[in-house]
Amino acid sequence: MEIPSARPGEALPTNNPEPPAQSFPDNDPAPGRIEVESLYKSYETESGFREVIKDLSLSVTEGQVTAIMGPSGCGKSTLINLLAGYEKPNGGKISIDQKPVTGAGPDRLVVFQETALFPWLTTFENVAYGPKIRRELKGEKLDSVIMSLLRTVGLEDFRDKYPSQLSGGMQRRAELVRALVNRPKVMLLDEPFRGLDAMTRSLMRDYYLDLFERHKGTQVFVTSELDEGLLIADRLAIVTNRPGRIKKILDVALPRPRDESLRGSPEYLSLKAEALELLHEEALKSFKAGAVNSADFVGAYAAMG
Amino acid sequence: MGLGAISVRGATKVYNPDEAAILALDNCSMEIGAGEFSVVVGPSGCGKTTLLNAIAGFHDLTGGEILLDGAELSSPGRPAKPGADRIVVFQNGALFPWMTILENVTFGPLAQGRLGPREAGAEALAMLETMGLSGIASDYPGSVSSGMRRRAEIARAMMNRPKVLLLDEPFRAMDALTKTVAHQFLLEVYDRTKPTVFFITHDLDEAIFLATKVYIMTTRPAAIKKVLEVDLPRPRSYKLLASAQYQALRQECQETVRAEALKAFTAGEREM
Repeated sequence: MEIPSARPGEALPTNNPEPPAQSFPDNDPAPGRIEVESLYKSYETESGFREVIKDLSLSVTEGQVTAIMGPSGCGKSTLINLLAGYEKPNGGKISIDQKPVTGAGPDRLVVFQETALFPWLTTFENVAYGPKIRRELKGEKLDSVIMSLLRTVGLEDFRDKYPSQLSGGMQRRAELVRALVNRPKVMLLDEPFRGLDAMTRSLMRDYYLDLFERHKGTQVFVTSELDEGLLIADRLAIVTNRPGRIKKILDVALPRPRDESLRGSPEYLSLKAEALELLHEEALKSFKAGAVNSADFVGAYAAMG
Repeated sequence: MGLGAISVRGATKVYNPDEAAILALDNCSMEIGAGEFSVVVGPSGCGKTTLLNAIAGFHDLTGGEILLDGAELSSPGRPAKPGADRIVVFQNGALFPWMTILENVTFGPLAQGRLGPREAGAEALAMLETMGLSGIASDYPGSVSSGMRRRAEIARAMMNRPKVLLLDEPFRAMDALTKTVAHQFLLEVYDRTKPTVFFITHDLDEAIFLATKVYIMTTRPAAIKKVLEVDLPRPRSYKLLASAQYQALRQECQETVRAEALKAFTAGEREM
């Protein structure tokens, strides 16, 4: 692989003598450590006052994958939005490398469930968009960086296809690569593989693992699949039923590179048993509460329309 | 409740026989024992639902036959008649929105005149209790979560005491965690009366956790590629998911489907 060996936070090596564009203040060598302190978020909705996150504290270690798991409606997506700076908390603090988060910024990139590829650009052009805008990379160098990334996710033959010509799984792989090529300090992934069938999903996970193990960077990865969480994560943060706070953090000290074969190991199974116990307890609470959570709201609304 | 053994023998289904001729089922055979919890897995679009529809009686076969307890249900030119002995629960729900959950669940036996209002009500409440739904008996479907609606639907189906319960990815819209809870409730109901279950999914964890036997299908045209006996003890708890025995079964299942999935994945087809 000819991936330049830039560390997260550094500009990509380039033949271009120009300095990186000023609008991309990413020369700070600090590595992307996130501190969340006593976070509080509530909403005023038609059905009343709703506390989504309450007293949530979490340290996200730099250069690692932190998986976030919890029952449906526990505030996982809200947490991602707060970390991204798309929403503001009603209380508590978030900082990245000791700098308070006050809004969205180029140090963080979010990968959602829905595709956000530009439909009028090819796969290659979509991935090249960020580096081109910032004029970090040009010509052959840009070409080789992007092509080696596309090769990692099996899309080299699809470089000139438009998003509509790609399958759902391919679009999400293109999306991962597009986010990664920008070398964000922090990548925030909100159930990026949700909605894919289970078999496609496990292959996506392998592509993601391969990308992460090659390129590192701080990752916050929300998932509702325990096996997905255990296989990708260095730490697994379990969130309680709403209002969400951290119930427990499990250290997933499994060797890397990882693959499917880990699943049978005694270490894996004992971690899984511990996590299942904690998660099941919270899921049962959420299930019995019978609250119409936001995802269900959308479903019910769509069914009525 | 009667027996409910299903024999599928050489079932073949061609759609549009005059024009494009899509072969959806190709000489597919399976023997499902009475009271067996059978789960069919296979990639999306592989023809699982075609098989379910043939058993339910929604369409006929182009070749082969389907028997229920030895009596012919369906053969070419002779579609099975949909019947109260076989009840289907779909992905997208079919509760009557203008009735409360309790009214929905008592509807079948009342319409059939099988039970009086008081008996039907008592039975329905017991069923809702087992499914963890007693708190929403007087709510309307639109005001409860989709997971609860899906469970209410299963309760409604079970009230009709079908010999065969046919479920087409009923929990598809749920996240994995919510599913593990829904599975426990479903198994609790199943363990009580042991109907024959024909359950479609592409989620291997769901398949193994629920099944007596897992039938793995190939990509279209569908045929049975492998049958996996799941000899995990019942009643089953979510704790099983972290057992080595479970993991070994899952591994075996995974290996069978993985090559097939990879083919489909590379071609970029058959997703979603």
